[in-house]
Amino acid sequence: MNPDWIWGLCGGILIGCGAALYLLGNGRIMGASGILGGLIDGPARREKLVFVLGLIGMPLIMSRLMSEQPQTHLTENLGLLVVAGLLVGIGTRLANGCTSGHGVCGISRFSLRGIVATLIYIAAGAVVLALFRHGLGVI
Amino acid sequence: MRLLIAFISGALFGAGLLLSGMTDTQKVQGWLDIFGAWDPTLAFVMGGAILPMLVAWRMTKTRQPLTGGTFPAPARPKLDRGLILGSILFGAGWGLVGLCPGPAMAALSYGGTSSAVFLVAMAAGMRLAPGLRAQLDRAANPA
Repeated sequence: MNPDWIWGLCGGILIGCGAALYLLGNGRIMGASGILGGLIDGPARREKLVFVLGLIGMPLIMSRLMSEQPQTHLTENLGLLVVAGLLVGIGTRLANGCTSGHGVCGISRFSLRGIVATLIYIAAGAVVLALFRHGLGVI
Repeated sequence: MRLLIAFISGALFGAGLLLSGMTDTQKVQGWLDIFGAWDPTLAFVMGGAILPMLVAWRMTKTRQPLTGGTFPAPARPKLDRGLILGSILFGAGWGLVGLCPGPAMAALSYGGTSSAVFLVAMAAGMRLAPGLRAQLDRAANPA
């Protein structure tokens, strides 16, 4: 039996605890795109900067302590990375949220916007992946 | 105090993303790959993350944020063009490489050049978004 789902569930609960702490402590929604976007232009920049430091720093420390380096299996195709990065950056700011803001924080609040956004980006991701992997065979 | 809370929240988020496997693009693309070797892990991550948040949202009804201020007002139940078009674009980019904003930051320290390139492109996209939004609004409501 593949234990990945147990790691998924435990990691998910940690993510949810982070989101719950940010909400109950600072009264803010933990959305990665909103926090990073707000770092560029927006209020409470110091708080967002510190959040990003924790988000980057904790995996840095953990990965150093792990016996094997975690793998990202990320493509090395620069064109693909730039196009995908631009799409994710533009899309999450137009939609005002991503997997954490609309997904985790929105769905748990039964927000119509969060639920619809999540359904749309999962559907769009599945269509694009099917097209580029099984149709064109490029990813 | 606000800064400490923000730091711990970010650290929990990062730890959860790494442990859950969500900084591994193979697992994320596996979730989206309904015609291939489908991987359900992301559903467990999302479900696990929603559990504490269900409790947290309930608690917001009877108390105030620890550090003062107010909780975010309920979002208008309004679906606009930005939400729909933005989610389509985001999903397309997510499907192409398997990274969304949280994992893109969490994986920065071990994702090599590729993850840095993605992060820079994503930040550039975020900078371009307000201009595009203004154009979108103008197209929707011509003066």
